[in-house]
Amino acid sequence: MKYLKQFCIIIAISFTGEILNRLIPLPIPASIYGIVILFTLLCTKVIKVSDVREVSKFLIEIMPIMFVPPAAGLLETWGIVQTGLWQYLLLTVISTVVVMAVSGLVTQLVIKIGGKRDNKNE
Amino acid sequence: MSEFFQSSVFFGTMLTLFAYGVGLLCKNKLKLAVFNPILIAIVIVIGVLLVFKVDYPTYAQGAKFISSMITPSTICLAVPLYERLSVLKKNYKAIIAGITSGVLTSLLNVWVFALVFGFSHAEYVTFLPKSITTAIGMGLSEELGGYGAITAAVIIITGILGNMMAEFVCRICRITEPVAKGIAIGTSSHAMGTVKAMEMGETEGAVSSLSIVVAGLLTVVGAGAFAQFI
Repeated sequence: MKYLKQFCIIIAISFTGEILNRLIPLPIPASIYGIVILFTLLCTKVIKVSDVREVSKFLIEIMPIMFVPPAAGLLETWGIVQTGLWQYLLLTVISTVVVMAVSGLVTQLVIKIGGKRDNKNE
Repeated sequence: MSEFFQSSVFFGTMLTLFAYGVGLLCKNKLKLAVFNPILIAIVIVIGVLLVFKVDYPTYAQGAKFISSMITPSTICLAVPLYERLSVLKKNYKAIIAGITSGVLTSLLNVWVFALVFGFSHAEYVTFLPKSITTAIGMGLSEELGGYGAITAAVIIITGILGNMMAEFVCRICRITEPVAKGIAIGTSSHAMGTVKAMEMGETEGAVSSLSIVVAGLLTVVGAGAFAQFI
């Protein structure tokens, strides 16, 4: 019963997300509406973490597997991508690393500056 | 043969689970970032489809049971996000600065590459949403006049790369703060990277989840502006 209830809550939120995605003319997917809805419900204590804990933990744990089928779809796009393959690949690899480094370092820098200021105030 | 595969309810699901299982086994035995379970699973699935001449839609039809759970699972990321709310509140300035810088870097990077390689407008806007979640990125690309299918492929490759290289990049750049690691991973490689962040720790995972949402929405706004440049 516990798992049924938890799964029900999560699927109901997914469905609500789908409805919003259909009704609101913005390129925002059901999953993003869903995160915001669940997060809001948790913050306002309408739903307790214990109402979704086990199922959400399980779903997050097996999440990597879910990316395999869409990724295998690269097989289908191969034909179109082939023409500019090296350029596309170079762009993708470099920008992934650069974005990761920049966003991480900026975050770390701001945290460190904030930490120093806190120490001074104390 | 293809007919049987087509009518089989469990072929796609079984192949996916089996391939991922082999991927996990390789990772645990060989302990190298190159042996990423997602990457290995993709290679095995594509290999099996090619060898047995099963076309992708046939496989995808069966594997739908697995892939359609992406939306509910992404929504579940709200739980760790909520549980780490105090960390997010405490570091909100750094988080906003980090994600914004990451989104701008991504857009600028695509713009520079597009200039260097002489991309057409369609090619250029295809790459603008490359760092964000597929569901937003694909639609955004098409709306700006790009090729949605290529965007989806690039987003997936970005995700695999982010998942594989997260630990390496964080080590090389001396990114040690869990919050900073989470921002780096979520902003650069959406949900596929976040899976790795979750493995690194609860804080990393929560912050990475937040980055998917914020970076996705900022990119919708930013890409609209950047699309005017070429």
